Amino acid sequence: MTEEIAGDQKVMGRFRVNGDEHHVAYAPHKTLLEVLREDLDLPGTKHGCELGECGACAVLVDGVPTLSCLLLGLEATEREVLTVEGLADDARLHPLQAAFADLGGSQCGYCTPGVLVTAKALLDETPKPTREQIQEALAGNLCRCTGYLQIFEAVEAAAEECAP
Amino acid sequence: MMRVPQFRYLAPKSVGEAAKILRGEVPSAQLFAGGTDLIPNMKRGQQVPKTLVGLRGLHALREVHADGGLSLGAGLSLSSVAGEGRIPLAQRALIMAAGKVATPQIRNMGTLGGNLCLDTRCNYYNQNYEWREAIGFCKKAPDGVAIQEVTHGTCWVAPSSPRCWAVNSSDSAPALIALGAEISLVSADGERRIPLAELYHHDGMAFLSKRPDELLTQVHLPAVDASWRSTYWKLRRRGSFDFPVVSVGAAVSLDAGGVVQAARVVIGAVTSAPVVLDASALVGAPLTDEAIAAFADAAVKPARPLDNTDFHLSWRKRVVREYVAGALRELRGDTADQLGLLARSAARILPLAACS
Repeated sequence: MTEEIAGDQKVMGRFRVNGDEHHVAYAPHKTLLEVLREDLDLPGTKHGCELGECGACAVLVDGVPTLSCLLLGLEATEREVLTVEGLADDARLHPLQAAFADLGGSQCGYCTPGVLVTAKALLDETPKPTREQIQEALAGNLCRCTGYLQIFEAVEAAAEECAP
Repeated sequence: MMRVPQFRYLAPKSVGEAAKILRGEVPSAQLFAGGTDLIPNMKRGQQVPKTLVGLRGLHALREVHADGGLSLGAGLSLSSVAGEGRIPLAQRALIMAAGKVATPQIRNMGTLGGNLCLDTRCNYYNQNYEWREAIGFCKKAPDGVAIQEVTHGTCWVAPSSPRCWAVNSSDSAPALIALGAEISLVSADGERRIPLAELYHHDGMAFLSKRPDELLTQVHLPAVDASWRSTYWKLRRRGSFDFPVVSVGAAVSLDAGGVVQAARVVIGAVTSAPVVLDASALVGAPLTDEAIAAFADAAVKPARPLDNTDFHLSWRKRVVREYVAGALRELRGDTADQLGLLARSAARILPLAACS
């Protein structure tokens, strides 16, 4: 049977974010980005261009880099979402976060959450990526500070760190 | 901050249900797949559909079937298409085109069907509501705006033109037309199968022949033998993100002596529909420098870019010649080194040796 959601009132949805389950009321025209920041109090994911032209809002949905500004919240329910808040293990930074901090991969920091989760998806799939694979994976994340070189070096350093 | 305007959302569970909904809801219903084009357009008030028919639940649209050729579900993500191992090397133009759409994240979300049905684009249209209102809405105005009262529906890029010149910027369309692809369109009346080239109209507004109550379900690649080879060249300002400003999809069948047995060459992103060139002049002779130059010279005429995308239009027109020639030289076996700068700007040429 066709499911129908009327547009003019909030609906209840179950979101699985960073391993936690949230049962919240949200406006069905909201994007996942808006649900994360406004309804789930997870402001780590950033509002950039809001049009899919910068990558600042990238999150992982079922492990796949996805632009949360273009994904409707109602199409993200019941799926595994990972945001930058879910990278660290309590106080222990993810190797990517540590490498970005150590090597200047993050300056103003606005693109960093989207870059970090996109890079995590790359390392999950390709533990030892080449420089070209890193460039290709991050080709949807604009950074206006670093000139990208420090970002690539940080991903390479994290890959070393993660390697068994 | 830009919000998506309110909408009603319907999630059919089968193609039949979707077709029934479309029949009942047209014209207010809008098909919704990856959302990577529609959501920005909704945020900017370019398209404000009252009802979205979400296709995410239609698993059949994400299947691939080998049936002589290959049938690709229209709901496959562009990443899946670019990584689809069953597409033969002779038809790698599709892999190249799908792999060059926008960015990795957008390819993870956007679908093959969505890229084929991509809204036409124009510098005077892909702007926010206030910008377009300030200069007066063009022909491609949002529903409910009485454009005639303000601007008489002027096309801002060609003010004396009776029609809209927004550009077809699909990457996969020129590649798939060059490959001779067909598509299936399903409505409550049943299914019809047409050559992909017939999906497009030379009109920036009524750019698709697909009826609003039809759903694009499948893309069919024909069976090919090893005499075929294909490529896709895309010009854009950056190596990522950007829509094409000129693109070329080309496929040729060469006999053992390098004589062209059949050829299809399609130019994208220069007008409101992909431009299918008459390639009959190439058939029966090898792809010599002279044959390629003559064909590329002739290709410039039907390419009519206007000043409504990135880059200067006279330069884009000139590049059409270079790109058509470059694509054909690649197909005859020229290496990336021989193709030089041209090949680098078209980016990531796959080794041709693998497909001969």
